[in-house]
Amino acid sequence: MDKRDFLALLRVRLSDLPQADIDERLNFYSEIIDDYVEEGLTEDEAVSRIGAVNAVAAQILAEASLPQADESSKKSCNPWKITVIVLTSPIWLSLLVSAVAVAVSVFVSLWAVIISLWSVFITLSACAVAGIAGGVALSFSGNITPGIAMIGAGLVCGGLAIFTFYGCKAATRGTILLTKNLVTSTINRLRRKEAAQCEN
Amino acid sequence: MDVQLKRGLLDICVLAAIKDDDSYGYKIIRDMKPYIALSESTLYTILKRLETAQMLTVRTAQHGGRLRKYYHITHKGLKRIEDFRSEWDEMLSIYRFVTKEDSENG
Repeated sequence: MDKRDFLALLRVRLSDLPQADIDERLNFYSEIIDDYVEEGLTEDEAVSRIGAVNAVAAQILAEASLPQADESSKKSCNPWKITVIVLTSPIWLSLLVSAVAVAVSVFVSLWAVIISLWSVFITLSACAVAGIAGGVALSFSGNITPGIAMIGAGLVCGGLAIFTFYGCKAATRGTILLTKNLVTSTINRLRRKEAAQCEN
Repeated sequence: MDVQLKRGLLDICVLAAIKDDDSYGYKIIRDMKPYIALSESTLYTILKRLETAQMLTVRTAQHGGRLRKYYHITHKGLKRIEDFRSEWDEMLSIYRFVTKEDSENG
């Protein structure tokens, strides 16, 4: 790669930087390449001495982004903005409270469904145990036909309980996941909003 | 080597490279080469930093039909080298303290 190609490619890679900064850097590399050539290297050798364009650009961009990162972390909230936020608190605070209440009620109703599903499972299990035990007791006491019918009903309840168990498990897992995702995404969104407000 | 320490040392090295005579990018790298390796990108950053800190000034001059930037050390830059010399004694005593146990055991 000759000097012209190197500088042209480097210009493209650095396009995120301010124009004046790019020009100054390219002049610097151009001068050093010329000096290498003056010392007897070919342009290709001089360019390869400086390094691969991507590596050079990556180093420059990494160095250029450091001071910017420092600055943004130092930025603090504008005092006027804070005053406005405090003064309007009667409006947004009540809205916030109602929003939180809505969110809480959504979660409560979601979990109420899960609790009722599990109570169905518990009831079915109890019916299965009671049906089989009662049926056996009835059969021994002489009422064989109703006893067997009761055992059958108990077994049906047991079978349904097994099905319900898997259903309940899946529903619980799904709800836990949903809760977790909603909570984390809400927290992230609030954080981002806060950061954006402070930067302006 | 610790990044902060190395950064400080490289600044001193570049100042030392232009201490006696004004110098230019390629020559600074060449003069430093026997002692410490320095990439062109790093040199640019150091020169920029030293210029902002007013430890050197830059002038552009004609050289063989093209322009070349020459770097000139300022009083502030010279003082930085002087300070480094006195800091170095402190640094050496820290070094002796740090390696004290090793030499006692060995």
